[in-house]
Amino acid sequence: MIFMLEAYIKKELWHFDLDLSLSIGSQIMVLWGPSGAGKTTILHCLAGLHKPSSGYIRLNGRTLYSSREKIDTPARLRRIGYLFQDYALFPHMSVRQNVLFGVKGNKSDFEDHFVDPVEMLNSFGVGHLIDRFPHQLSGGEKQRVALTRALAASPELLLLDEPFSALDKNTKTRLRKELKELQKRWRIPFVLVSHDEEDASFLGDSIITLPKGKS
Amino acid sequence: MFTYLNDWFPVFLSLRVAVIALVIVTLAGLPLSRLMARREFYGKEFIEAAITLPLVLPPSVIGYGLLMLIGKNGLLGSLLSQMGIQILFTWWAAVLASTVVALPLMYQSARAAFESVDVNFEKAARTLGAGELRVFCTITLPLAWPGIMAGLVLSFARALGEFGATLMVAGNIPGQTQTIPLAIYFAVDAGDNATAKTLVAIITVFSFIVIFLVNRWSRRRNIRLR
Repeated sequence: MIFMLEAYIKKELWHFDLDLSLSIGSQIMVLWGPSGAGKTTILHCLAGLHKPSSGYIRLNGRTLYSSREKIDTPARLRRIGYLFQDYALFPHMSVRQNVLFGVKGNKSDFEDHFVDPVEMLNSFGVGHLIDRFPHQLSGGEKQRVALTRALAASPELLLLDEPFSALDKNTKTRLRKELKELQKRWRIPFVLVSHDEEDASFLGDSIITLPKGKS
Repeated sequence: MFTYLNDWFPVFLSLRVAVIALVIVTLAGLPLSRLMARREFYGKEFIEAAITLPLVLPPSVIGYGLLMLIGKNGLLGSLLSQMGIQILFTWWAAVLASTVVALPLMYQSARAAFESVDVNFEKAARTLGAGELRVFCTITLPLAWPGIMAGLVLSFARALGEFGATLMVAGNIPGQTQTIPLAIYFAVDAGDNATAKTLVAIITVFSFIVIFLVNRWSRRRNIRLR
């Protein structure tokens, strides 16, 4: 399967209009720009958490959103993984319950996409934390658990919102490398949002620079 | 001490009234407060003020309002009497009075609890394939639970203690509509101190135990979820 994301998003915000078109295959695209440039809004639009003002979003031939055709697939059916800036691990669930949350019980899904989340935790070196709760994890551990949770739902696109902003410098450098390798193994498009130039130059197979929002 | 109590009816009636009122308050209050916590719509403040009003009105005013509602010529009363149902001066009127005064407490606690849940948890659940019902049951409700629990306890206590409005719409019919607060008032009035003392002791000890257990439980839970 060749993974492909094509989108054109127009979104009117209260102080400026966002206007962005992107087209990526199986690679990492970095949306780079200052805070307030609407980076998170773009990810929210792609994931179906916000509605664009107009445009279209197509993923692997499925139209997820189209203002012209009046299509707006709900987030839960888009098969788009989302890594939140603060990771949004469910605080009342253990690591195990967190990573199993998005695993579908559906047999046919298991056959071609299924990855054992427990094995994945092991490969990230956080397998021993499986019965812990999110508040007992460090920033780097949280990120790995959140990545496992997002990927365990077998998404066709992964969105990452400032994935390294909550981490110290050493962890940041290590996790950047891990993420790059991860994308090569998963071969789905990653769209990563960052205000950090190093993130963009190290990770980005392609980079889109967003201008600062006009006021 | 219990040997002084000849008539246990008020105790059982009070519990029955408070439990039924609590069920109604929960079923109505949870969806309502969830809606108000997450949606903006025209007239929201108006509805909110109307729900909260019984919290600040004198009980006699609530009682009077309910009389207008369920009395013979009242809006609901005339409708029900056509169907051959009368709730005025039955214990169902006590349930109604308790529900109306307890709802604002449930509403306020639950609304604050729902608002305190980080929307990102709900969004994350949606991107993981969860529908709205699953998001509510597995994410929103458990995370809002301490506040909802507080709402349940406050509502139950308020329903159990309701006096003024209950007296006006349910009356004080021993063996039919006489709840603990009414029984205490009329026992004192009649100089029956033994009965009054016993009922006061029962309701105080019971309320104390409930509040104590809930506080202890919520502190332990907060330590775990810190």
